[in-house]
Amino acid sequence: MSLAPERRDLIVLVIFAAVVLAAPVLFKPIGAGYPDLLQKFAIYGIFAIGFNILFGLTGYLSFGHAAFLGVGSYTAVWTFKLLSMNPVPAIILATLVGGAFAAVIGFISLRRTGIYFSILTLAFAQMSYNLAYSVLTPITNGETGLQLNQADPRVLDIAFGRDYGAVLPSSDLFGLDMTGYPGFYFCAVVLILCFFLANRIFRSPFGMMLRAVKSNQNRMNYTGLNTRPYALAAFVISGMYAGLAGGLLAVTDPLAGAERMQWTASGEVVLMTILGGAGTLLGPVLGAGLIKYFENIFSAFNEGILMAGFDFLPETLQHAAVAVSSLFVGEGWHLTLGALFMLIVIFLPGGLMEGINRLVAWIGRRGGGGGGEAPATAPQTAG
Amino acid sequence: MVRRTYARWCGRRGAERTPPTRFTSQAWAAGYTNEPKGGTVTLGFNVPQTGAYADEGADELRAYQLAVEHINGGGDGGMLNTFTSKALKGDGVNGKKVVFVTGDTQTKSDAARASAKRMIEKDGAIMITGGSSSGVAIAVQGLCQDAGVIFMAGLTHSNDTTGKDKRANGFRHFFNTEMSGAALGPVLKNAFGSERAAYHLTADYTWGWSQEGSIKKYTEQLGWQTTAAVRTPLGAGDFSQYITPVLNSGADVLVLNHYGRDMVNSLTQAVQFGLRDKQVNGRDFAIVVPLYSRLMAQGAGENVKGIFGSTNWHWSLQDAGSKAFVKSFGTKYGFPPSQAAHTTYCQALLYADACQRAGTFRPSGVGAALAGFKFDGLGNGPTEYRAADHQCFKDVLVVKGKEKPTSKFDVLEVVEVTPRAQVEYPASMLGGELGPYNDGA
Repeated sequence: MSLAPERRDLIVLVIFAAVVLAAPVLFKPIGAGYPDLLQKFAIYGIFAIGFNILFGLTGYLSFGHAAFLGVGSYTAVWTFKLLSMNPVPAIILATLVGGAFAAVIGFISLRRTGIYFSILTLAFAQMSYNLAYSVLTPITNGETGLQLNQADPRVLDIAFGRDYGAVLPSSDLFGLDMTGYPGFYFCAVVLILCFFLANRIFRSPFGMMLRAVKSNQNRMNYTGLNTRPYALAAFVISGMYAGLAGGLLAVTDPLAGAERMQWTASGEVVLMTILGGAGTLLGPVLGAGLIKYFENIFSAFNEGILMAGFDFLPETLQHAAVAVSSLFVGEGWHLTLGALFMLIVIFLPGGLMEGINRLVAWIGRRGGGGGGEAPATAPQTAG
Repeated sequence: MVRRTYARWCGRRGAERTPPTRFTSQAWAAGYTNEPKGGTVTLGFNVPQTGAYADEGADELRAYQLAVEHINGGGDGGMLNTFTSKALKGDGVNGKKVVFVTGDTQTKSDAARASAKRMIEKDGAIMITGGSSSGVAIAVQGLCQDAGVIFMAGLTHSNDTTGKDKRANGFRHFFNTEMSGAALGPVLKNAFGSERAAYHLTADYTWGWSQEGSIKKYTEQLGWQTTAAVRTPLGAGDFSQYITPVLNSGADVLVLNHYGRDMVNSLTQAVQFGLRDKQVNGRDFAIVVPLYSRLMAQGAGENVKGIFGSTNWHWSLQDAGSKAFVKSFGTKYGFPPSQAAHTTYCQALLYADACQRAGTFRPSGVGAALAGFKFDGLGNGPTEYRAADHQCFKDVLVVKGKEKPTSKFDVLEVVEVTPRAQVEYPASMLGGELGPYNDGA
């Protein structure tokens, strides 16, 4: 606790990187150690980190971030179709287009604050969704989703003499297939880089300025400082994170669907950030992991699995236990998530990170025999 | 001491590190994705449990469970007793007991693919089946082709599933909009004449577009006009804003290219708006629902009386296969199965039978056993899995909402059984390429 902030950040970064890279082994016991879910953890972690740069630092609550995710996905799939199946151009373009899209929407939406800002972003996201769903179908292929074709031009691949033959190509990094574990490690490296970048932003004077925007924007304006460029920069950066995440979604699974832009997807990233702890560095990643875990694992529990789980009970009790618990798993996983969200918001307003910090402080107090060291519970300083 | 611990640790590590299977199995055959090693084989049932098609999804899951029971030798055997292929003996498949995992597609391509990936990567599913939306079916079919597992399409009616977007690893038992159009055309002509003006309301995705195209094609051949074709979002819930313009459009037939709860809602609202009591151009206004299902008809209640449509199968059919299926489904669940349940039950049985006949679960082997396979006794009469596009060809049922239902399940009556020859088309007509089978890793 008495370490210099730089040292602390470095330690957190190293531990974070180690945990992310060891995820396939670490998450095996809880049934999450398979590539698709691990990829989702990493990708939505990036999405949530980016969202947190806007929401956690400036306090602007955007309800339309899924639009940037979707734009990133469409950009990446089009890059695959037109240029190359290599993921590098795809994610670079996805990030840039996500950022450009955010600059346009941010420029208009940031004229308002508070609830009006949220509603504006929500409206823009819904517009984008509807455009993708039914108006721009030549570009987006509507509800079916944009998919690869054997007959796509892929000019860069052709120029380098790469031929995929009669099968449908999948994205690969210079011969390394981007589905399965290599795809996860690719996302994991990007996640660690994004985490590092977010860390630098949090500690920089720019990050301090964003926090000042959050705490009292009027006062900033009265001192003669124009805050809008700062807010817009934060908005664009978080849009680029979202675009990058969308691009990675397409890298690991070359398909882009309009439902990625729906308001429920925008709401999901808000949930992730709040669940994990808005304004903290690690929180959003934890929140993203938790929600994706629920969505993929809890939703797959069916009565057969529950029956086996409650095997130790007598038969009548077993049936009763299954009847009650089946409400909360399978198609009822939203219910569990909702209950968990309520508990966290009521008892741990700082999200999971507050819980962890309290736990650490409690252990520290016990271990130190009631030492006088002040626990670092303030979310702003938490790693 | 240190050395001994280290040696022991090394020994344990060595024992753990089993060589990859592809080197241990027979040299002439590399492994394939999720090759079953133990005493069980895992199938993945990926159905909508939430969203506009949730009712169909629930019925599909019931049918899958019933099929697994029958394949493993439980229950009364259902259609295994009437199926012309006698390869399955009620002791699982290739000596392995069939187990399954389930997932929710949410009627969304993204969610469906995530769920299918979980089944393939985590649960080791060797085959994915299900889907109640063509958009989802096409997305999951592409995924299964990439992953190297077989996809047995559930309820998907778009031409594209075995047309433009067909894949070698994908197979469809259900019929498509082209067949619906070909079967409905003559019946509509008899019922409504050849001088009609049709107004389409179409679910805005691959299936809706496909059905709108097919119905337009066949009704315009009869001499009908198409006044307008309006696209509505999937799962819209309220269709009143789309139905109001129909009243003043001059059209005298409304074609509802909707399915599931969408169809229940749009049909109910169309009837409530008094469309059926209207007279336009001196003719009674008519509504047509090209793809019908008993579940939907039940949902729409009174409103379906006298409305024409087509269906893949209906529980009131009197052949031995249908009767056996209705009996065992009814005994287990207490009500008759829907067409969604029927097609998914058939798909599970056909897959298991093909594996048994091929003696392997390898996708290319199973595919070869399914392609061109001719069979009977599964409720649709003589049926063929056409090798050129992995589409089943069989008779199509034209049905009508019953005027005097005798029970709440007895809501449809079969008007005509259109013979297979009349609905058949060349495989090249719909485009697309099967490509090679993919066995995966």
